[in-house]
Amino acid sequence: MTRAVDPKFSPKVLLASDLAEGDVVFLGADGWERGLSRAKIAYDAAEAAALDAAGKAAVASNRVVDAYLVDVFVDAAGAPTPLHFREKFRAAGPSVRRDLGKQAWLQGAGNR
Amino acid sequence: MALVSDGAFIADEWRRLADEESLPGAGKVIVSLGRLPAALEDARLTALGVYVANTTDPKALAPHFSRLALIDIAFPAFTDGRGFSLARLLRREGFVGELRASGRLTPDQYLHAIGGGFDTIEIPDELAAHHGEANWAKARQARSLSYQRGVAGGASILERRRKGVA
Amino acid sequence: MTAHDPALPPRPNSAPTIYAYDEYDRAFVRERVAEFRGQVERRLAGALTEEEFRPFRLMNGLYLQLHAYMLRVAIPYGSLTSRQMRQLAYIADKWDKGYGHFTTRQNLQYNWPKLVDVPDILEALADVDMHAIQTSGNCIRNVTADHFAGVAADELEDPRPTAEFLRQWSSAHAEFSFLPRKFKIAVSGAEHDRAAIKIHDIGLRIVKNAEGEIGYEVIVGGGLGRTPFVGKLLREFLPRAQLLAYLEAILRVYNRFGRRDNKYKARIKILVHETGLDEIRAQVEAEFAAMDRAPFAYDAQELERVVAAFAPPAYEALPAHSDGFEKAKAENAEFAAFAAVNVAPHKVPGYAIVTVSLKPIGGIPGDATSAQMRALADATDTYGFGELRVSHEQNIILPHVKRDDLFALWRDLSAAGLATANAGLISDIISCPGLDYCSLATARSIPIAQAISERFADLERQRLIGKLGIKISGCINACGHHHVGAIGILGLEKKGVESYQITLGGDPTLSASIGELLGPGVSAEEVPDVIESLVQFYLAERRDGEAFIDTWRRLGHKRFKESARREGEDGSGI
Repeated sequence: MTRAVDPKFSPKVLLASDLAEGDVVFLGADGWERGLSRAKIAYDAAEAAALDAAGKAAVASNRVVDAYLVDVFVDAAGAPTPLHFREKFRAAGPSVRRDLGKQAWLQGAGNR
Repeated sequence: MALVSDGAFIADEWRRLADEESLPGAGKVIVSLGRLPAALEDARLTALGVYVANTTDPKALAPHFSRLALIDIAFPAFTDGRGFSLARLLRREGFVGELRASGRLTPDQYLHAIGGGFDTIEIPDELAAHHGEANWAKARQARSLSYQRGVAGGASILERRRKGVA
Repeated sequence: MTAHDPALPPRPNSAPTIYAYDEYDRAFVRERVAEFRGQVERRLAGALTEEEFRPFRLMNGLYLQLHAYMLRVAIPYGSLTSRQMRQLAYIADKWDKGYGHFTTRQNLQYNWPKLVDVPDILEALADVDMHAIQTSGNCIRNVTADHFAGVAADELEDPRPTAEFLRQWSSAHAEFSFLPRKFKIAVSGAEHDRAAIKIHDIGLRIVKNAEGEIGYEVIVGGGLGRTPFVGKLLREFLPRAQLLAYLEAILRVYNRFGRRDNKYKARIKILVHETGLDEIRAQVEAEFAAMDRAPFAYDAQELERVVAAFAPPAYEALPAHSDGFEKAKAENAEFAAFAAVNVAPHKVPGYAIVTVSLKPIGGIPGDATSAQMRALADATDTYGFGELRVSHEQNIILPHVKRDDLFALWRDLSAAGLATANAGLISDIISCPGLDYCSLATARSIPIAQAISERFADLERQRLIGKLGIKISGCINACGHHHVGAIGILGLEKKGVESYQITLGGDPTLSASIGELLGPGVSAEEVPDVIESLVQFYLAERRDGEAFIDTWRRLGHKRFKESARREGEDGSGI
């Protein structure tokens, strides 16, 4: 699943907040996704720049707010995990309420 | 530039003069504060306005009120509220001419501006395209009541209560 | 009334004892809701950019946080009725996730509202005379007051009429809605300060002068955050009639001269510090002398109207002693512990003030479910004249309960999981939401509070330790008031992990002090051990009746620091 990667480049996904609902969303292959697992991963600077540009366009068109690139670790199966704890929480939900946020939704819907 | 007055876009009769431009023989001109002393000396200028920073000392302008038809206060950012206090102080010092706010103000601040004593708001054209006349007209009517005097409909809520009691 | 209005429950006691909106207040709030509805529509349609929208959404209490929007609802001066509490529960169920978070400034936060729903939520709040106006933004924030207002035995005057005057004066203030930074005011009318007035931008203390006239001691320039300051005395005695004009003068000086080049230096505390107290006083007095005070003219009739709204409820004439209360205490040790810790003296004989702790052992400080909100509403309808208070310690107060009813109330609270007997004790921890919710946070706060609470779960041991305020913030902005905790904890990021700095000796009351740093930061896992060692050192050193802060003051910071270092040598890494 994983591609040949530039070892000096940390893979990235694009994260933002949905304007109307406030939910955390990730840019995927077919638009904005609620689950990190469906995020499109940038493996080099050019792909990251494309994600970033798409984010700026989505902010300008008032679809999302505060779009930014997030460094991720990609496991053998190709699933991304944010490197920083802040974005780990954003991708999951409050650590003190496992029954709420994406972590609950992912479990409930079996949507992985 | 677009000029908002009484909830409508109106034609601007004033011309803001860059410091390198020479003083015209007639017409309504707005000069910088630095150039004001020279402009005041020029007897040809019957209608004179001054463009000031929001940090200007209102007392420095007060001696010239009788010669000034307009004071234009710059809003360097729409979130910089110093201009609202300066406007209030200029009114308190006795300025009765046109008070203009210039900058990227949004219609949502219209009542704040009116409350401070502003008559007109000058915004860049692209902002006017973004916040059309209808927005300004609506924003002007957004509140019929205020706890402060002069913001909406004149009397404050406290003053209305007093009248209601009397 | 809209469809959101819940059915009014029967009110067995009396008319509300807090300010009820008149037609003007009501119309004002409705207009603000309509205005914000229009702003939300323009934002969603793209007519307002986020940058343009932001100040206005903040002025209406709406943040965009880590997982969702967050709406901060004002509970002005911490007073609310059972009906209002039920409406808060209704909103939590209908538009949020069935709970709310009571904050350190007498607000309630919903963590999951959708932007598209917020105008409807504000409408539902307006149905019960509530709002979210100026709970955020660079404007005059929700005015807070002593949560024991009107009932405290040590009170000179109820601070709430003053706070209500300030609420009205500051609401949608045309001139002061775009200040350099936020501006917080707190009012106290008692001998003991329970409103933390010395750590506010302006703290007002109701005092009497030599002639016996009521006025205000005005404190300015307090605040926490990156550069904490204890407030300074600006005016020893301000006659009551001059209050609004004088505050207008302070705000005008601040609006004109407060720094706008650096948001960390923009609060009035920095202006006071850099300009000097005497110079600021001179500027304020000059402005006060020059201004037109007519719009703020003292109006005895208006004061009377507002004061009357806060009239005490119809207390019964009761003996100070309650046989039933004493008997229940003797028979039930758990209740006796609750009575000893969570019950405070009331100024009327036969009544008591009850603190309902929102700090169950291992729980999230300040969180209440909608069911608990309803249980609190029911409890005060049955036992407390239908009134509730919210404290800056993130607890709920029933301000007037008959001593005869305390046992029955305690049983009802127990059934709702609201009878934790820890008010003021080590597990009554103040905590901001931290990185579990807040986009500004650098580390989590809540799990730290939970771990400490669990470490000290034994309530008997907590009582033995006595009064000890632990306060936790998840970033330097200090919403958890860590600077003024007897033990303060600040969560930071250090080399990619959460790290916690501990301070000692903070005090939010009239003897206010800013805590001193114990040493380098420790990991989350280590925090309970460090607290444990500090407590053990205190217990070994304390003299009779000495609270933690008193022992710290007597022995000095160095001794505590040394004790912690000795512990550190065993590898706890302080």
